Amino acid sequence: MDSLHVAFTRALRAFRLELELEVDGVVALAGPSGAGKSTVLRTIAGLSKPDSGRVALGETSWFDSERKIDLRPEERSVGLVFQDYALFPHMSVADNVAYGGGKRSGDLLARFGIELLAPLKPGELSGGERQRVALARALARDPGVLLLDEPLAALDAHTRAHVRAELRSLLKGLDLPTLVVTHSFEDAAALTERIGVLVNGRLVQMGTAADLVAAPTTPFVADFTGANLLTGRARPTGDGLTEIALVDGTLIVSTDRLTGQVGAVVHPWEVGIARAQPVDSMQNHVRGAIESLVPVANRVRIRVGPLTAEITAESAARLGLEPGDEVVASFKASGTRLIPLG
Amino acid sequence: MRRPFEILLAVCAGLILAFLTLPILALFLRIPPEDLLSQLTSDVAVDALLVSLKTSLIAHAVVLFLGTPTAYLVATRRFRGRSLVLTLIELPLVLPPAVAGIALFAAFGRAGLLGDTLDAAGIHIPFTQAAVVLAIIFVSSPFYLRLGIAAFEAVDASLIDASRTLGAGPRRTFFRVALPLAAGGLSAASALAFARGLGEFGATIMFAGSLQGVTQTLPLAIYSQLDVDFDVALALGAFLVVVSVAVLLTVKLLPSWTRFTLLSLAPSGRSDSS
Repeated sequence: MDSLHVAFTRALRAFRLELELEVDGVVALAGPSGAGKSTVLRTIAGLSKPDSGRVALGETSWFDSERKIDLRPEERSVGLVFQDYALFPHMSVADNVAYGGGKRSGDLLARFGIELLAPLKPGELSGGERQRVALARALARDPGVLLLDEPLAALDAHTRAHVRAELRSLLKGLDLPTLVVTHSFEDAAALTERIGVLVNGRLVQMGTAADLVAAPTTPFVADFTGANLLTGRARPTGDGLTEIALVDGTLIVSTDRLTGQVGAVVHPWEVGIARAQPVDSMQNHVRGAIESLVPVANRVRIRVGPLTAEITAESAARLGLEPGDEVVASFKASGTRLIPLG
Repeated sequence: MRRPFEILLAVCAGLILAFLTLPILALFLRIPPEDLLSQLTSDVAVDALLVSLKTSLIAHAVVLFLGTPTAYLVATRRFRGRSLVLTLIELPLVLPPAVAGIALFAAFGRAGLLGDTLDAAGIHIPFTQAAVVLAIIFVSSPFYLRLGIAAFEAVDASLIDASRTLGAGPRRTFFRVALPLAAGGLSAASALAFARGLGEFGATIMFAGSLQGVTQTLPLAIYSQLDVDFDVALALGAFLVVVSVAVLLTVKLLPSWTRFTLLSLAPSGRSDSS
């Protein structure tokens, strides 16, 4: 699998977009709207021309301002899934998928479970179905790179959770350099392995979701990342709660009801830190050594195992916390939101 | 009790509607319908019908063939001088027909701008059927272009982009995506331009004259028959009203009709690449 190399500058209306990014595996570019995320995808696809720089898949240059290379969009081996899916309204699902080159389209319809939709027009599909058609269409060309622009933004909240789970397992199985653009940190964390945060045209931080939550380099990243995402398997308990076995074996409970593979969302400011297990209403406890202590404004982000807590700088000083100290991180079952991850 | 303002609105509307419909009704009511039909078979009427049909069809084919790519170009590209191009397209729409006639003379007449060149090539345009065709193109193509540009602009740009990223070049994108999606708007544009061309009078009579069987189109025949055989003039007028109504209905029915075809009847484009 060739990786995608992206390095370019482009003057936009309010700021200058300057990006250097290596895409191998599934990578997210997350950030607020207007940060230049869509321009990055359009530049990679050849729909938008950068001022200077280089875009290359493995050894093949698609754009190189020094060598005066600028391949047309149709010459780049790219599958782009548009935010509103951009399905051709006058063609059937089958013709949409076959548009980019038909050989694999039959297989793809079967693989995405949309064979029965084949004769329908996009206007007759639900949001989730449209997304599957758009993905199948983008993949039918057998592209070297997959680009997704806000893949979940066009869906309502209910469909979103379900489609996110579907998309996550699908992207993992593709074995294709994939760049997902999203304004939602939660989506980025659920869909990808690495997340780059783009603000005003600059990549301010790049890392795993856990890295970003634990050690945000700027207050913006701290605000933006918001929540911990712990993955595990959920099963109902007898008393109406849900018990989640995290990947490291820790058991936590939530008031949300879900079963199967889930993500548990916990906000850092809802996690308390103590030297010994407190006796209070908190039901969830994660024991471990402090891996990092990162000040964010007048607060401190503390990473313990898979979890990041945010406490005031004053509390941290009072407890005399140092990296390596054994502590207990506690949070409430009612503060633990579950999202399905399929 | 009705409010005075409501009454004022109704009176205004009633007056202007009566004024607009009365002449049309008079056209049909002056002589019985069967007489109207029989007048259409007179020599003058048949000649005019044939001249109009031939020149309008030729002119319309040229307008569609050159106008469609032009409308697509202007609608989808941003280039220096684009607003100048748009203004040039719109100018003939507001130009008085007599000006169009004298302008065509100034360009293609014997003493005109291209007169010597055309003379050298043995081409003589004024007062021929070619002159009728040119006059019709000059007045009807701006209708098609302006509405055609709007039709192409209404096609979602991300569909064009999607086609390109799916490996289709500009030509395939035009024929498979842009043209089918703009078809409804283009058909309406085409109908209106055809109607405008069919009714062309001022530029034609100046540039092509009114020679029966050669350059005398339907509107010119009406004018020439006015003091010769009023019934023939009436019959031709009534005929043009019927054609105009048909065009209007086509345009009005098109939007819902095309949406229907786009969704369920359009020939499903099979992939023509592998």
